[in-house]
Amino acid sequence: MLGEGIIKGLAETARNFVGSYVDEDRLTTVQYPEERLPAQEAARNFPFLLFDGNDPHAGLRCVACQICERECPPQCIYIEKSKDKKPDYVGKPQFYPAVFDIDISVCMSCQICVEVCPFEAIKMDTEFELSNTDRFGGLLLDKHQLAKSNEYYHKIHPTEAAGVDSRLAADKAKVEAKARADAEAKARAAAAKATALPTLKAAPAPEA
Amino acid sequence: MLDLCDQIFVLLKHWMLGWPIWPESVKPLVSILLSIVPIMLVFAGLFAIMTVLERKGLGRIQNRYGPNRVGPYGFLQFAADGIKALTKEDVVPRAADKVIHFLAPLVLIVPVFLAYSVLPFGRNMVPMDIDAGVLFFFAVGAATELAVFMAGWSSRNKYSLLGAMRAIAQMVSYEVPLIVSTITVVMMVGSLSTVKIVEAQADYSGQWPQWHLFTPWGFAGFVLFLIAAMAESNRSPFDLPEGESEIVAGYFLEYSGFKFALFFLAEYLGMFAVSGMAVTLFLGGWTAPLAFLSWLPSWLWFFAKLMALIFLFIWARGTVPRMRMDQLMNFAWKFMLPMALINILAAGLWHFLPAGMGRWMACSAVIGIPYILLGRGLVGGKQFAKRTYRFAE
Repeated sequence: MLGEGIIKGLAETARNFVGSYVDEDRLTTVQYPEERLPAQEAARNFPFLLFDGNDPHAGLRCVACQICERECPPQCIYIEKSKDKKPDYVGKPQFYPAVFDIDISVCMSCQICVEVCPFEAIKMDTEFELSNTDRFGGLLLDKHQLAKSNEYYHKIHPTEAAGVDSRLAADKAKVEAKARADAEAKARAAAAKATALPTLKAAPAPEA
Repeated sequence: MLDLCDQIFVLLKHWMLGWPIWPESVKPLVSILLSIVPIMLVFAGLFAIMTVLERKGLGRIQNRYGPNRVGPYGFLQFAADGIKALTKEDVVPRAADKVIHFLAPLVLIVPVFLAYSVLPFGRNMVPMDIDAGVLFFFAVGAATELAVFMAGWSSRNKYSLLGAMRAIAQMVSYEVPLIVSTITVVMMVGSLSTVKIVEAQADYSGQWPQWHLFTPWGFAGFVLFLIAAMAESNRSPFDLPEGESEIVAGYFLEYSGFKFALFFLAEYLGMFAVSGMAVTLFLGGWTAPLAFLSWLPSWLWFFAKLMALIFLFIWARGTVPRMRMDQLMNFAWKFMLPMALINILAAGLWHFLPAGMGRWMACSAVIGIPYILLGRGLVGGKQFAKRTYRFAE
């Protein structure tokens, strides 16, 4: 009969109306500033620079190689290489960025900088509350704003950070083992030299 | 004391009129103003609250919260919206007919306010008790169509024009069942005066009120009136003239800022006015729904019934999707109009048959049988089944 469907529909909407007051589970809205959804591990927004330890300058992994600057499709990264060098995580002296700026109003969150970085120095952040009253200066992040600790990285991307850490540790161990092996070889050579010294003394030294 | 409460606004007006500051010559003017200003304030305030309540109600129907940020529980949202509308830039299209474009919202709002002048808001509370009150109401109500077409035409925009043409087609079509369903009440009461219509429903049989709603022809008339009223006030499911998803906003597409707000205001005020008319015609106006509740002030009952009807409008909006233009027209001419005409016959039967069960049965049959048959005509022959697709080989 005509009108049956409308009665059914009205009953359905009435059930929803009353139900939304009775049953809290019906309201799926997350009232954002007060309530938040748990952060998603796979989320990404804008890049940041990683540093180890507590000092953002001493621990900064970036060596100012400028690969990311060159690869960045919208050209939002600006790097100036330092004049001096500082030791990196394995102790090797490296350049560091005197200036490292990312214009997040230009950045398109493509993650290419992260993928090309050979030093695991630049990663994607999940921070999204970046609104600012200054749309030029406020969205141009410098080295100090970009630098974030490895603990923070572990907090936002735990699995990824663990992988990076183990890789770096393996690299470091390899370098150390090589250094140790080099040192041992040198020591052995020196010892061999020392033992061979008396016999060679008579002959004129070719190296000298 | 209760009597004072009931008549408080009437006494207040007489008291203010008695102030010695008015010269005798301006007293009629003051009396008019004392009637008009409260109506404008009360119904504009009701509009403000209703916009928030509607959004909250629709939200709840869709399991959302609705606005809840501005003020306690979001009830100051209308203030934020009003300030926004007032401070927005008023853009007028370069090709628009500027005079008509400017006049349209004013021409729309004036008849809508005029319609309130014949509604009895309570005992002795009618701004203008004229003999042809119902006729006056529908006459000024029909004037809104002019304004709608002025808005659509002067904007010089194809969507506006489409919206205006849809609006005219729809409003003219639904004006007919709206008025024909009113005729039954006028026939039974024997008067076009809204005050007389309310008085005719003011008696009680035991505790039960003698509203027109509780008769077969009154019930059918009320449902027809309500459906036609929804279409008249361009409310969903009859909001084709606005149709956001197909013609953007219809006839008021080219309006911005406060003029847009005026269209919005006129739509709601038109809805309130026509709901007030439905209350007057079928729901006994300001009379209490049960005899022992008559001690409550009469104006309270009027507004309670008005709010109940508005809630019905919001409920329907949250339930039914927008109709198609041909469905709309078929419904108006093939169902609403025949039913309204048959309803007149039923009302005549009711008048001439002796009171009793026989009269009830006869009237219900006269309305019910054509309802089922006409309903079959609208729905019938259509087989609703799972759609099958034929793909190219």
